[in-house]
Amino acid sequence: MIDLILNDFFWRAMAGGLMVATVAGPLGCFVVWRRMAYFGDTLAHSALLGIALGTAFQANLNLSIVLVCVLLAVILMLLSRQQSLASDTLLGILSHSSLAIGLVVLGMMQDFSIDLTGYLFGDLLAINQRDLLWIALGGAFILMLTVWLWRGLLMITIHEELATVEGHRTGLLRLALMLMLSLVIATAMKIVGVLLITALLIIPAAAARPLAATPERMAVIASLLGMGSVVAGMTLSWHVDTPAGPSVVVAAFGFFLLLWLVRARAPA
Amino acid sequence: MTEPVVSLEDAGLRYGETHVLHDLTFSMSEGDIVTVIGPNGAGKTSLIKLILGIEKPSSGHVRQRAGTRVGYVPQRMTLQPTLPLTVGRFLGLAGGDPSAIEAALARTGVAQLADESVHHLSGGEFQRVLLARAILRRPQLLVLDEPAQGLDVNGQSALYELIRSLRDELNCAVLTVSHDLHVVMASTDTVLCLNGHICCRGQPEQISQDPAFTQLFGENLANTLAVYHHHHNHSHDVHGETVP
Repeated sequence: MIDLILNDFFWRAMAGGLMVATVAGPLGCFVVWRRMAYFGDTLAHSALLGIALGTAFQANLNLSIVLVCVLLAVILMLLSRQQSLASDTLLGILSHSSLAIGLVVLGMMQDFSIDLTGYLFGDLLAINQRDLLWIALGGAFILMLTVWLWRGLLMITIHEELATVEGHRTGLLRLALMLMLSLVIATAMKIVGVLLITALLIIPAAAARPLAATPERMAVIASLLGMGSVVAGMTLSWHVDTPAGPSVVVAAFGFFLLLWLVRARAPA
Repeated sequence: MTEPVVSLEDAGLRYGETHVLHDLTFSMSEGDIVTVIGPNGAGKTSLIKLILGIEKPSSGHVRQRAGTRVGYVPQRMTLQPTLPLTVGRFLGLAGGDPSAIEAALARTGVAQLADESVHHLSGGEFQRVLLARAILRRPQLLVLDEPAQGLDVNGQSALYELIRSLRDELNCAVLTVSHDLHVVMASTDTVLCLNGHICCRGQPEQISQDPAFTQLFGENLANTLAVYHHHHNHSHDVHGETVP
């Protein structure tokens, strides 16, 4: 069984997708609760810059993606304190600039013959055993951190000052959340690509909202819906030969529509 | 004499060039009920932030006794509708076992709401849930920011009555910010009249006769609370600065 998963590209892709979906569920909830969708987009776009720089300096790509994401997150945190620009303007500038710089730097290295489409939209089926190991380790780390910091993260989301009074280290928790988002983006990139990562974070979480009465339940349901989307999307991709990453996102969107329609028809 | 729960010594706070608070000196011990009143922009919420340690004073000192447990009821809490949350889970996040949560909710009269979503509560219900959450920590210092906002007169007196009896039970110091003068005057030990600095302080009967109080809240309102009048020792210019 384990042999089959490791050696068959389809099952490798499935295992990687399921792991990323598991981690993306709870983190996606925080993105939805804290209205960070645009922020997630910006981080994801900067991942391309991370790839470009990592390739240029022949560094480990996963590491350079995480570093660039974290650096951008810290810059955003510092700039947003200035308040001379509205935060969505600031995000728009950094989001598209980092995407453009990434594309330009990659364009200057034609000889490396980089698969740009793979990075932009994901190349799920190209996941190798090494990638799978990275996803497993990164995913386990993020999941443990999420569980460990859960109460604090939830409190700074509900009311920052109340969290401070109750002894939570709000600054550190915010930083940890950004670090976790950067890590999940670095791992999820292989699955759905730079342009669709935010979708994998927020669509399952948004779809889970009407089904949940507590934050914990919403996080678990978001993970399950994400996993369902991976299975459905990959199956679609296998049978109809559609691109795997976008198929997963389409499946997630399908779940989202279905759940909200059912909810709208049901008596309140 | 035991150390006060919280004490301020010439504490001041400014944001950039703006002096929000200056020269605040007062302290609170267990059992004290202090109510802070003052016009909009007087720095009431900033004072709360100083006392809670959310803001550091830019001058002077603010000291909480080491290990003080603080209960805080924030003003106008806006909850994200995207975040599903039951009253019980909301209290659970403050720590404490289910039976303690049940007892705290019962104590503030909202036991029946434990499984309700926080998004479906009325303003008065939510205030009582916040209060239950604050007492769950068995605080030595209870800080409430405009707790009676949006309640009718009966609701207000009931809430202040509840706060008073909680003080007796927990023997905690209670600091409340309010601008509902009538109710405040009837249910507090000490009134602290704030406008960037402490204009006057004392028992409600005393304070209503203080010229600084009249200055701050206008003759008519002050007269409904007191009929006494004497010389001002200072007044405020348009910027709220003290002028002799």
